[in-house]
Amino acid sequence: MRWHYGRSAPLPRFEYFAPQSLTEALTLLQERGQGGRALAGGTDLVVQVKEGVKIPIPSYLVSLRRIPELRGIDFSARDGLRIGATATMAEIAESPLIRERYSALADGAEIVGSIQTMNMATVGGNVCNAAPSADTAPPLLAHEAVAVVAGPQGERELPLEEFWLGPNQTALQPGELLRELRLPAPPANTGGVYVRRTPRKQMDIAVIGVAVLLTLGQGDRIERARIALGAVAPTPVRARKAEAALEGKAASEALFAEAAETAASEASPIDDIRGSAEFRRHLVRVTTERCLLEAVQRARTA
Amino acid sequence: MTRHTISLKINGQPYEVAVEPHWTLLETVREQFALTGSKEGCGTGDCGACSMIVDGRLITACLMLAPEADGSEITTIEGLARNGDLHPVQQSFIEAGGVQCGFCTPGMIMAAKALLDSNPRPTLEDVRLGLAGNLCRCTGYSKIYEAVLAAAERIG
Repeated sequence: MRWHYGRSAPLPRFEYFAPQSLTEALTLLQERGQGGRALAGGTDLVVQVKEGVKIPIPSYLVSLRRIPELRGIDFSARDGLRIGATATMAEIAESPLIRERYSALADGAEIVGSIQTMNMATVGGNVCNAAPSADTAPPLLAHEAVAVVAGPQGERELPLEEFWLGPNQTALQPGELLRELRLPAPPANTGGVYVRRTPRKQMDIAVIGVAVLLTLGQGDRIERARIALGAVAPTPVRARKAEAALEGKAASEALFAEAAETAASEASPIDDIRGSAEFRRHLVRVTTERCLLEAVQRARTA
Repeated sequence: MTRHTISLKINGQPYEVAVEPHWTLLETVREQFALTGSKEGCGTGDCGACSMIVDGRLITACLMLAPEADGSEITTIEGLARNGDLHPVQQSFIEAGGVQCGFCTPGMIMAAKALLDSNPRPTLEDVRLGLAGNLCRCTGYSKIYEAVLAAAERIG
């Protein structure tokens, strides 16, 4: 053990750079090569560097704090939502625009850790840390978010399903940075919700999480359904069979119960300290059903 | 490793200080400025004892690297009293008995101040959520919540 009684693990030594532009940051990563890490809010990375177990100790850190291209939240009806990688959970949760049009994402961002965590943690960090339990992950997946990745060869776009490869593993190549997330504008009459299950209300990690988006047409007909599940597979996953079971049908409690059953069958959870696989599957069923009921309410008032 | 010279304001006073990249803001404030009110409990952002307000936002200073604070305005527990008069939150903690061993108290008070700055009339549930990132092993929290609600009354 590296830490000693009465004081937590001190940080090991590393070099630190604070580039002022995206180009400068990419050049730095290119020149310094392997062994570096991008630093955003630090709520995951600084803990991991202190503990020195989950990741190798980086030889250098590149701070993303002073890079203007990575900031901000913008929306247009044509292009949808753009969230810069370093937008914080608090900025997302406080954005009236996101609350109104992307309510599932606001639900996810406003329960990450504590007030302190939300003021520091960034959406880019949450996505790049690639925890299957990340609270912004199911809402982003349900909204079909695309990751815009900047690298030495220019930019490329990846749907999040291709960005996440496994627990703490992403498709980012050495020298690449997540620049922003783009979320298409949801159709009119869409309601979205995210619910996670935890023993504690705050400061806890999802046993499971469910995001649901429903778009309603004439006579409560479900035009479009999106369901995404967290902490039930190596990456956050869509429940496509449950989505297909809903689309084209009139919203009803019986239909929702059936779709929730299907979503539970699409989960492939493991047993771990937070819950057994069986318990998680049960939670997915119950939570999906409740999310569908809430999403339809939100869609009616959208 | 090279030191980085950073400029910051701590409790209204401007400073320049040379920091190592691996120093946290908490270590820097405690050891370079001898402001030892902010405490290190867990060092991993779970207990809130190191809470400070940086550019108007409550953060855990054990997770912020010192060079990241370059250009920031920082308020610590030492910056709350004015001309020898305690801040209403501090006074309310004393009167409600919200302090026992005192280790969590600076972080609790900073979290309570940040809460009241953004929500001057909180409900009990708002207070519980606002202080969710601050752990106390002595009081059982009830007296702390009473103190924060009393401070809200006092500030009016």
